[in-house]
Amino acid sequence: MTTTTGDDTAATAVGSVTPLPTHQVVAFAVMVAALVAAPFFVYPVFLMKALCFALFACAFNLLIGYVGLLSFGHAAFLGAAGYGAAHSAKAWGFPPELAILFGTAVAAGLGVVIGALAIRSKGIYFANITLAFAQMAYFFSLQAAFTGGEDGIQSVPRGTLLNVLDLTQTLTLYFVVLAIFLGGFLLIYRAIHSPFGQVLKAIRENEPRAISLGYRAERYKLVAFVLSATFSGLAGATKALVFQLASLTDVHWTMSGEVVLMTLLGGLGTVFGPVVGAFIVVTLENYLAQLGAWVTVVQGVIFVVCVLTFRRGVVGELGNRFKKSL
Amino acid sequence: MTTIFGVPTQALFGQLLIGLINGAFYAMLSLGLSVIFGLLNIINFTHGAQYMMGAFVAYFLLQWAGLGYWWALLIAPVVVGITGIVLERTTLKRLYQLDHLYGLLLTFGFALIIQGLFRHEYGSSGLPYPMPAQLGGGRNLGFMFLPNYRAWVIVFSLAVCLATWYVIERTRLGAYLRAATENPSLVQAFGINVPRMITLTYGFGVGLAALAGVLAAPIYQVNPLMGADLIIVVFAVVVIGGLGSIMGSIVTGFALGVIEGFTKVFYPEASNTVIFVIMALVLLVRPAGLFGRAS
Repeated sequence: MTTTTGDDTAATAVGSVTPLPTHQVVAFAVMVAALVAAPFFVYPVFLMKALCFALFACAFNLLIGYVGLLSFGHAAFLGAAGYGAAHSAKAWGFPPELAILFGTAVAAGLGVVIGALAIRSKGIYFANITLAFAQMAYFFSLQAAFTGGEDGIQSVPRGTLLNVLDLTQTLTLYFVVLAIFLGGFLLIYRAIHSPFGQVLKAIRENEPRAISLGYRAERYKLVAFVLSATFSGLAGATKALVFQLASLTDVHWTMSGEVVLMTLLGGLGTVFGPVVGAFIVVTLENYLAQLGAWVTVVQGVIFVVCVLTFRRGVVGELGNRFKKSL
Repeated sequence: MTTIFGVPTQALFGQLLIGLINGAFYAMLSLGLSVIFGLLNIINFTHGAQYMMGAFVAYFLLQWAGLGYWWALLIAPVVVGITGIVLERTTLKRLYQLDHLYGLLLTFGFALIIQGLFRHEYGSSGLPYPMPAQLGGGRNLGFMFLPNYRAWVIVFSLAVCLATWYVIERTRLGAYLRAATENPSLVQAFGINVPRMITLTYGFGVGLAALAGVLAAPIYQVNPLMGADLIIVVFAVVVIGGLGSIMGSIVTGFALGVIEGFTKVFYPEASNTVIFVIMALVLLVRPAGLFGRAS
């Protein structure tokens, strides 16, 4: 898989910052406009769920798309941050901004520990190891006293953001979540398109060569891993406040599979792919929810179809058709 | 009552037995995963679903054809193995020239489909499967009561594991297999049909999973999700033993089962996580696993 940086950036060397390609700016503007208008047409809580998962998928994509590492344990970060935010808001009375920050910090800390151990391996080993660590996080959440076991942490207070914005108002909450999503999205975009991001791509394409050029590949990978964990945590903490619930679902390995599905369907290593993938998957689950086990079957079918015929994903295919990197 | 470290021997040996039983399943499943990984270079995420299918085929044979346990032990691995062969021929083989991660994602997708379909049809609660009459009851060993069926599971799975090891490490067929693992194109140049060998290897690994499923049916119930969580533990076992190592899978499988059993006695809170903790420690010291070779 060679990097398709697009015509505007082809001549840019590692170390200089690429100018913003026009088509990406246009696509971003379209996305923002659609998301600002959306809550007046679609049920806002559903949109907030999709936004949280979109941020989660973008964070996951940072690792698979730009470092080439498939983590099968990202649920640990989503779930741990959810528990962190929910517990600090409910038991310690943290205001929402601090609760989200605390949850995100929990995920970042977990990311440092798991990352330091997992980053030494590659490919299938990496996938397996992250999966196993996520299982540890799952069993910890199942048994620890403060997580509420099977019940989870329920009726988490949403509170008032910065003492100004009343988050019990659904529409206010929606725009706060949208702001968090856009902030995370832009930061991830910035990280990918910085000199740091270029080094990550160099490591993905040829790690020994990047090392021979003097880059400490292990450190770059660890930073990318921690960044990915942190933004997954931001998504998880926000999600806990939106649903006023932190539960085992978010730590279970099926959630790790779901984020892989979203990113794969949208397009691995594309800027907008994870967002599109997350919206498609969340919509599908919403419509299939009453069919029970069929949700799993449909997810499986999407996996199989994507892997066999559609490896670039929705956005990747679109970008390929118009010869633009989206 | 006698005690060891303050724990009644009865409880200690009871957990040792449970640990050995779990270890037998870990060993058989991780052995199949290792054999498949060795030649195909993919982690077969469908393995847990195929283990479950083995148990279900045994159940169907009894319900629809009146064929009991011993027939199931013979037929179920073949039937499930054939479905594996079909899967490999139609889909998996298209992915060999791609990144190995796609193989993982594809088999994960199949696992979701199979488990979803069975869950839709049979719900999440288990279906009972009777123990074979010849293996009912048990014997008193003086220090503990040993149910016959459990002894059979341990002995039989150990025999299957060792036979597999013998075939791969000590026979001509196994030599071809190991050679193809090292360098498939060279082996093909010698006139050996490597693609067919890959297909049959996948079928064999899947058959082993199904065999473990039949063995498990009378102990645990036949449940659509019986393999879903088990396979995650087995992945950890495989990582500890070293991917692709045959003897490594067998030894670590049994050893970790026993360690898990003892953890239940001495520190029950950690019994679910002990395998993952061991995995983290092993990776710190030996990133390629205990028996694996660094690539």
